Amino acid sequence: MSAPRIAGLIAALTVVTAACGAAPTTQPQTTTGGVNAATATSAADFGGLDKLVEAAKKEGNLHVIALPPDWANYGEIIRKFQEKYGIKIESENPDASSADEINAVKTRKGQDRAPDVLDLGQSFGFSGAKEGLFAPYKVQSWDKIPEGQKEPNGLWVNDYGGFVSIGCDAKKITTCPKTYADLLKPEYKGKVALNGNPNKSGSAFAGVWAASLANGGSLDDIGPGVQFFKKLKDVGNYNPVESTPATVEKGETPISIDWDYLNAGYREQFLPKGLDFQVAVPSDGIYAQYYVQAVNKDAPHPAAARLWMEFLYSPEGQNLWLKGGARPVLMPVMTADGTIDKALAEKLPPVQGEPKFPTEAQVNKAKEDLAKTWDAAVAG
Amino acid sequence: MARVLGALPLLAFVALAFGIPAIAMVAGAFTVEGAPGLGNLALTTQGGYLLALGNSVKLSAVVAVLGAVLGTFLAQAVVTSRSRALREAVLTASGVLANFGGVPLAFFWVATLGNAGVISGLFGLPSGTLFTFWGLVLVYLYFSVPLMVLVIAPALDGLRPQWREAAANNGATSWQYWRYVALPVLTPGLLGGVVLLFGSAFAAYATASAMGAGTVLPLVTLKIAAALSGDVQTGFENVGLALSLDMVLVAALVMAVYLPLQRRSTRWLQ
Repeated sequence: MSAPRIAGLIAALTVVTAACGAAPTTQPQTTTGGVNAATATSAADFGGLDKLVEAAKKEGNLHVIALPPDWANYGEIIRKFQEKYGIKIESENPDASSADEINAVKTRKGQDRAPDVLDLGQSFGFSGAKEGLFAPYKVQSWDKIPEGQKEPNGLWVNDYGGFVSIGCDAKKITTCPKTYADLLKPEYKGKVALNGNPNKSGSAFAGVWAASLANGGSLDDIGPGVQFFKKLKDVGNYNPVESTPATVEKGETPISIDWDYLNAGYREQFLPKGLDFQVAVPSDGIYAQYYVQAVNKDAPHPAAARLWMEFLYSPEGQNLWLKGGARPVLMPVMTADGTIDKALAEKLPPVQGEPKFPTEAQVNKAKEDLAKTWDAAVAG
Repeated sequence: MARVLGALPLLAFVALAFGIPAIAMVAGAFTVEGAPGLGNLALTTQGGYLLALGNSVKLSAVVAVLGAVLGTFLAQAVVTSRSRALREAVLTASGVLANFGGVPLAFFWVATLGNAGVISGLFGLPSGTLFTFWGLVLVYLYFSVPLMVLVIAPALDGLRPQWREAAANNGATSWQYWRYVALPVLTPGLLGGVVLLFGSAFAAYATASAMGAGTVLPLVTLKIAAALSGDVQTGFENVGLALSLDMVLVAALVMAVYLPLQRRSTRWLQ
């Protein structure tokens, strides 16, 4: 009955399942007209998109993981893909984290129930590519994706993202904060929350980094962000509750630093219930981040996985993400050539200035610094 | 020989469900980037990790002692009351509440004493009251006190009225009766209760996690979660395992103190 033992046991089980899962089986090889889908790096390798569709339909299934239906409109994206191609999508554990996804790839290597495609937090894209977990694949719109937002060989590609924003319950707060500097005002006592612990939640991690940019930090230095939250804690404005749809609805987190697409989603969701949740991208802390999309190297349905990529990076797929309030990676190009859904684009909160993206080394450094400094700064 | 044979299924199960994971945990904890090393364990004795370990031990110890005292008084009140209905009601409620930890309990408290909580609003409590060390102690007591009641009630039942009468006949005061008769009899049960409460508070995860306590009061279970399953940290899995190993060591230390005490306190009973 010793409870600590149970905790240790659970931790250890993760490793054991990893060891057990490594049972090797031969990789299913989908071959159409001499094409090995598992090694195809573009639709052209199949002999065109039509041939890819054909091969994918033959496989009949696609296994996805960690795609919440109310996140970036994935519910509709999955439905549309199934309707369009008649391929059945098995969606596993929608609320899983990126770490869970990588675990699933490793532990079920060679098994039929491994995930085919992955939607990962940026740092997991970097580390997964390094560990050789992904198959290189270049979608047809590859050339339009800006440099720095894709792995040069196609191991991962940025998919959609957003800006760090400040959500605010206008019924409870007289004047909504518009900048990080505003958040320190005495009127916001005990009201400013993050979406979790920045050592665990990607959104909170970005929130701290944006705070750093707003306070003299840079992509090389997340330290001023940690100092900002320490100050926020010292003046009594920091609210440790992790913001969720429930806390936003109840008013437990009246001010929430979170991705603009999530805050905008709350606005839509709770407007009919009389909640006026306003979203502002802070002008002093512009920080954008994209999630990355990757194909599992040992995908049990390699052709369907590649077709899913083509679908996501087609104007249709990109506009579906936009519908969920997320900014698709091809948005600048599509705005230029007119394929973007203008009504949807206008609904996004306005942003002043251009975001810069951190490199892998910068992300790793920020991650390590934060693991060391965050607890000491805000605890107590 | 037959006795060993009969226990075989149990032994096999223990080896499979406990032994292998424990070995894997130890192996992982001592593996740094693919090679054996002490780096992970060293890391867990620094900065935020050490802070979290310390917090967990402190929190669990306070909860265990407070919970044991409060639980014992409550159980004594119920056991000595003449109302059968009260007794049944409290014991049944304790059975339910002792298992009430986790997300529901966290939301229960956030809705009551949180920043937008009902009671906080009524009394104008300063925001953040719940999100402090003592706030978390209060929440943990909510499942610890009932657990103590369940553990100690049978021991209190075992105190026979005749002992008290005998003590009184010999001219003992109530204090003397408790000091020299009842407490020595109860000591093994009390010790066991404290250890049990310590363990359940030490391993609690969901309650603290749902309250967002990790940001104000880093706890070791929350650090393990961040290392094993999150969207930010990569390559920290073995640090998580090292933290688990630290927890096992703490539990072993507690048992190392508890077992001799237990033996000493029961010696005169044999």
